[in-house]
Amino acid sequence: MSAVIDTPLGHAADHDDHAHPPSGLMRWVTTTNHKDIGTMYLWFSFTMLLVGGALAMTIRAELFEPGLQIVTPEFFNQLTTMHGLIMVFGAIMPAFVGFANWQIPMMIGAPDMAFARMNNWSFWLLPVAGTLLIGSFFAPGGAPAAGWTMYAPLSIQMGPGMDMSIFALHIMGASSIMGSINIITTILNMRAPGMTLMKMPMFVWTWLITAYLLIAVMPVLAGAITMTLTDRHFGTSFFNAAGGGDPVMFQHIFWFFGHPEVYIMILPAFGIISQVIPAFSRKPLFGYASMVYATASIAILSFIVWAHHMFTVGLPTAGLLFFMYSTMLIAVPTGVKVFNWLATMWRGSMTFETPMLFAVGFIFVFTMGGFTGLILAIMPVDVQLQDTYYVVAHFHYVLVGGALFAIFSGAYFWMPKWTGRMYNETLGKWHFWLSIVFFNIAFFPMHFLGLAGMPRRIPDYASQFTNFNQIVSVGAFGFGLSQLLFLYIVLRCSVFRKGEKAPARPWEGADSLEWTHLPSPAPYHSFHEQPEVK
Amino acid sequence: MNSVLGRLIGGLLLTLYTALASAAYRVNFQPPVTRIADDIYHLHMLMMYVIVVIFCLVFGVMFYSIYAHRKSVGHKAAQFHENTTVEIIWTIIPFLILIAIAWPATKVVIAYKDTSDPDITVKVTGYQWKWGYDYLKGEGAGISFLSTLATPWDEIDNQKPKDKHYLLEVDHPLVVPVGKKVRILTTAADVIHSFWVPAFGIKQDAFPGIVRDTWFRADKEGTYRGQCAELCGRGHGFMPIVVKVVSPEQYAQWVAEHEPKAAVAAAGQETKAAGAVAGRESNVAAAAEEPNKQWTLAELKARGEKVYAAHCVACHQANGKGRPPMFPALDGSKIATGPKAAHINRVLNGKPGTAMVAFGKQLSDTDIAAVITYERNAWGNKMGDMVQPAEVKAARK
Repeated sequence: MSAVIDTPLGHAADHDDHAHPPSGLMRWVTTTNHKDIGTMYLWFSFTMLLVGGALAMTIRAELFEPGLQIVTPEFFNQLTTMHGLIMVFGAIMPAFVGFANWQIPMMIGAPDMAFARMNNWSFWLLPVAGTLLIGSFFAPGGAPAAGWTMYAPLSIQMGPGMDMSIFALHIMGASSIMGSINIITTILNMRAPGMTLMKMPMFVWTWLITAYLLIAVMPVLAGAITMTLTDRHFGTSFFNAAGGGDPVMFQHIFWFFGHPEVYIMILPAFGIISQVIPAFSRKPLFGYASMVYATASIAILSFIVWAHHMFTVGLPTAGLLFFMYSTMLIAVPTGVKVFNWLATMWRGSMTFETPMLFAVGFIFVFTMGGFTGLILAIMPVDVQLQDTYYVVAHFHYVLVGGALFAIFSGAYFWMPKWTGRMYNETLGKWHFWLSIVFFNIAFFPMHFLGLAGMPRRIPDYASQFTNFNQIVSVGAFGFGLSQLLFLYIVLRCSVFRKGEKAPARPWEGADSLEWTHLPSPAPYHSFHEQPEVK
Repeated sequence: MNSVLGRLIGGLLLTLYTALASAAYRVNFQPPVTRIADDIYHLHMLMMYVIVVIFCLVFGVMFYSIYAHRKSVGHKAAQFHENTTVEIIWTIIPFLILIAIAWPATKVVIAYKDTSDPDITVKVTGYQWKWGYDYLKGEGAGISFLSTLATPWDEIDNQKPKDKHYLLEVDHPLVVPVGKKVRILTTAADVIHSFWVPAFGIKQDAFPGIVRDTWFRADKEGTYRGQCAELCGRGHGFMPIVVKVVSPEQYAQWVAEHEPKAAVAAAGQETKAAGAVAGRESNVAAAAEEPNKQWTLAELKARGEKVYAAHCVACHQANGKGRPPMFPALDGSKIATGPKAAHINRVLNGKPGTAMVAFGKQLSDTDIAAVITYERNAWGNKMGDMVQPAEVKAARK
């Protein structure tokens, strides 16, 4: 990827260690360089995005009309399950780790991550896990078909594909935990002199907090899926009432992981947006301290809301009220963040290159997802909407319009720094407009479908849902195909090396260390000597 | 604005309004038929008003800023970057809005959970993939039946046009009287299901080994349709709920027609007392029959064909060819043309690790005897033998 270029700050220390770095495949297999590892995470996640997207296209093709046309009901359930698992654990989470790897050392003025070798291991676990996960399609009985939430006892009925997925999740969890340990240690110990915690870029803050969330909850998921594994094969009855266990306990354990998990998927997105908006407004981020506190509040609150995924289970009234109130409360710090971004834009001097388009698009679409989240928080309303397409609309608004748009924003923002070349701005704008229009065509009608009474995870539906489903399918196909344009843009910039050479600081409002102290592309080894931060 | 444009816009708006008002473009909840559903509808409308106001404020500001504070129109950036007062204001005001919403919401939560003093209690059991209803207390107690999807698989496979209630019709709907409080107990026989009737505003998950409850009081007669709302396997989209709310007189008549005769009810108790799992008569009229009746081959085959169509055809197909390897063929199979004991065992107890469930938990001795007899004598199978309900009963452990 990036050539071996010396930094302007001196390079005395490095030549003897890396006089002959390996090239070709072995370079990538043995690298401990945060930039190489970040690149691999990003390409892995993009690949998984396309695989998960192909599954979604198949789902939407089946749902274009009532009746079963293309897939059997059992395979349809495999598709929805794997779409969720691949997108959550294969696309979104590794993409953000890729950003963390590339950006955190550069933004804090560190030469690399604290544990460079463990970093390599954290990445290389993922292709193994991804192969196991996708390989489950070829196991007898096919891929798991119990939803990405894998509720027991349905998960107990699944074939060996379920066990393969459980192992894949364990491996991915280990990768996440190791990555988080690395990130926390790096941020707490390797900041340049003068960079106090309250001077760090917001992206670094959000990853610091996310890393703690990951360490706290990935083991909980591991516990839940291990208990599923032993219920399946070793005669335990954790989730089997006949043996003295409780199927509802699975849901409590899973969602105790699951809710912080969705914040794990959005906090780094918030961090990216907090870098992009000030840069393109040519104005500092409004309310930096508030943003830090709001992010921390969201993270802490995320631990006490989990049962809002279980409002129809039959919780006692006090439980329902508690979880309704706590879930509503999370809207407050989230709103504070949105207001702070708007205040950053206000009276700035804005330009709308592609990163800014995606960032503004993020605010628009994510906020809408936040509104529907607030509606779902109201327990009696949730009774009507739980397990319907309204929920599907909500989480796609926050995960696609939210997390994925932020990933696109960050990718366009930092691609000049990573590759040394400007992406094609016209194509980037096309990618944005196609994505946001088709995204809304695909997912807005889902709100109506849920309100009208269409359940989720069904391969076939009653006639009155046909028209909106057709609109959704058309939008989904448009959105999916638009991502091929992004693939072309990235390949053109990074692999084909087309496009004008990027200056060290193509965005005049960007002011973090990677822009002010490093050329484009950033050198293979940067910040051998720590910069002074005033 | 000139009148052509005005009429064009007016015409489009009218079309949009009409389209939105039709069922095919429903944009809001189904019309509520219970007080709870009505409360939910209004809570949601309250939320929508709050959200639309916030949406307009927030994005009004944002789009104005995008328009006015651009570098390309020469706007220079201010450099302010914090203001504690404003942070406090935009924390407190949303908090107050939330309290204003939480107050009415709390009242509905409390009302939703109050299942006390019902007039009628019905136990709803979720199966893969159908519902079972047992009237436990109140008028109609003792009535018991299964409710299966009635949409023919021909329609699902696109061989025939789909009718109006495609996927939302059942053979035996739940029947309740209007204006009476009905308490619904939910449980399940295999995996988690969820009992959901949108018009009533209720959704209660059904767990194997646990009993939960909810309630409704329907204020209007009519037929209301819902679906299973928890992924439960391949048939999750094919197990609808249909509730017929009728006048008290019609209900009394329905009860009289469907109340099990004393002998059958007693036999049902006997089976339960013996520890065996009592199945249900899938054909309610048959509930009136003698438990020890000796059936003829023709009677068993006829009844068995109906049971097969309701419970077996989804996997094993109408022609008995199945969809191997996942769903084996029955036509010419070793089990259907082999010893009766193995065949009875397979249907009663299922095959663990596969999709073949234990139908002994769902179906009565008579229905199992009938469907086995049918399978052994249908398509290319010509065993000529038959299975009596008493044999099935003896085979239950």
